[in-house]
Amino acid sequence: MVRVDGNGGSQSLIRVRGLNKTYSRGGEKIQVLQGLNLDVDKGDFVAFMGPSGSGKTTLLNLLGGLDVPSAGSITVAGDEITHMSGSKLTQWRARHVGFIFQMYNLIPVLTAYQNVELPLLLTKLSGSERRKHVETALGVVGLADRMRLYPRQLSGGQEQRVTIARAIVSDPTFLLCDEPTGDLDRKSADEIMALIEELVAKYGKTVLMVTHDPVVAARAHTTLHLEKGVLVEGTASSRQSVLAGGAA
Amino acid sequence: MKFRRLILANLFRKKIRLILTIGSFAVALFLFAFLGVVRGAFNRGADVAGADRLVVIDRVSIINLIPLKYRDQILQIPGVKCITHNNWFGGVYQDEKNFFPQFVIDPENQRQVFPELVVPDDQWNNFVKDRQGAIAGARTAERFHWKIGDRIPIKTTLYGGGSWEFILDGIYHGQRPENDETQFWFQWDYFEERIPQAIKGQIGWYVLRVNSPDDAVRVAKAIDAKFANSPNETKTETESAFAAGWVKQFGNIQFLILTIGSVVFFTLLLVTGNTMAISVRERTSELAVLKAIGFSGRAVLFFILAESLVIALAGGVLGLSLALLAVPALAKALNGMLPQLVLEPSILVVGLFAALAVGIASGILPGLGAMRMRVVNALRRV
Repeated sequence: MVRVDGNGGSQSLIRVRGLNKTYSRGGEKIQVLQGLNLDVDKGDFVAFMGPSGSGKTTLLNLLGGLDVPSAGSITVAGDEITHMSGSKLTQWRARHVGFIFQMYNLIPVLTAYQNVELPLLLTKLSGSERRKHVETALGVVGLADRMRLYPRQLSGGQEQRVTIARAIVSDPTFLLCDEPTGDLDRKSADEIMALIEELVAKYGKTVLMVTHDPVVAARAHTTLHLEKGVLVEGTASSRQSVLAGGAA
Repeated sequence: MKFRRLILANLFRKKIRLILTIGSFAVALFLFAFLGVVRGAFNRGADVAGADRLVVIDRVSIINLIPLKYRDQILQIPGVKCITHNNWFGGVYQDEKNFFPQFVIDPENQRQVFPELVVPDDQWNNFVKDRQGAIAGARTAERFHWKIGDRIPIKTTLYGGGSWEFILDGIYHGQRPENDETQFWFQWDYFEERIPQAIKGQIGWYVLRVNSPDDAVRVAKAIDAKFANSPNETKTETESAFAAGWVKQFGNIQFLILTIGSVVFFTLLLVTGNTMAISVRERTSELAVLKAIGFSGRAVLFFILAESLVIALAGGVLGLSLALLAVPALAKALNGMLPQLVLEPSILVVGLFAALAVGIASGILPGLGAMRMRVVNALRRV
């Protein structure tokens, strides 16, 4: 269950209260988020939408511990992350967050296997244990037979699948997707969205996704719009109309 | 190490750049080793000088001769253990390019003053008995394929000119690798017999040993005081000071080598620093992703330093290995033209540490930049 009114229970997986983020640009203060509240339960699939500059990516960065808020709190699985030191936050990210970027951001000199293995290098797993995890993750995204290939030898959709495998290989608490289909054609985008849906439905993953694309957003359980620095829930009718438009 | 693959993959990302950077290190380290060898060659006289040996020359210039009769007077000074004298002969063997130093020696005392230059007893005894006899250093004998009993003609434009013929009675070896094995010695009596009357009884310089190195300063002062205000005033100094003064005649070699070496390493630092900075800048987004997925800033710094250190180590080992091959070949080619060229282990060790220091210095700034980089800003640049 996703709530944006700040009345969610303490059992929520992700609990955001009064989140503010202010940037200074050329002496001018720009308030991107203004007292934002959010509650996300385990297994939820949430899409964030909004115009450019509305703060979608900023919100994702704050939820992923890549940035610190100006005020407010973020609690994930009972851990309040807003007051963690830089090194603690780094460790927390390694354990709890899987990132999926629009531009894939794979290391071009590493094979698909080696890219997926990267998060596991931070664990105490042995080489053979890492191999099992990597092969499983690549199997989930359907690239078990492409693991020896380098990113330049893969299509855009396959690269994004490798990114997803890298995001899930360490079994994080939740996945953050920043425009995961933004650089893909419609067919590849559909395949990636089907994969993300499978991660939610079959493996119980919690996914928070930023997108500009209403068709992609419609695949989520809940779509939230960022307006004037706060989240507003998307309506069921808007979702239906998008799906109908997409089908047409 | 589980990060090995990541570090190596990044290293080989741009192979031509990697080869050129390693090449820069190799050339710089080769040059460093070579300069070290040349510096060592020029300083060798001072390095191998006996702490208890003094050299007495004419106060004005070493080319001025001093009387042989000073010998007995010097021997009377308390603390003097033994004394020998030498003259520079300056002859030519077959061709001027066949240079090697020839010295007139005093056979009675030469071995006591220079015990590190060893001649087998039987050869020495033959030499002492043979007025025309000569002793050659092992390198010179090997260079001209001389063997015991060979007749060696040496032409001179000094001492009345003409060709002097010597019979090789012995070959000396240095006890240490850095001892000079290029000299050619022959007897004072033979020399004295053939030189013009005007310079008979005159020697080039004395070399003496004192009972203890602690006596050196006192004895040197006593010798110079003894001959003060005489027609041939003397200048007495330790053998190492004499050798250092000799090198200074060629210019300030030490300063020259230090300057060239510093410029080489500074240039190397700029080149590799720039290379590392470009290399890190090119993968800002990749480093940001590493940090996003949980690699700490220190880990990122470690990866970059590891890359620059591997480059430095590879280049350093390559350059020093080339020097290991080239220096003996060069020493052979320059036989006798320069003092002994030796690539000492200390040069290799210092060179390797210098390479690693440059490696760290070139990687540290880009590494610190990457360590402190904010992931959000770096990802926004993509």
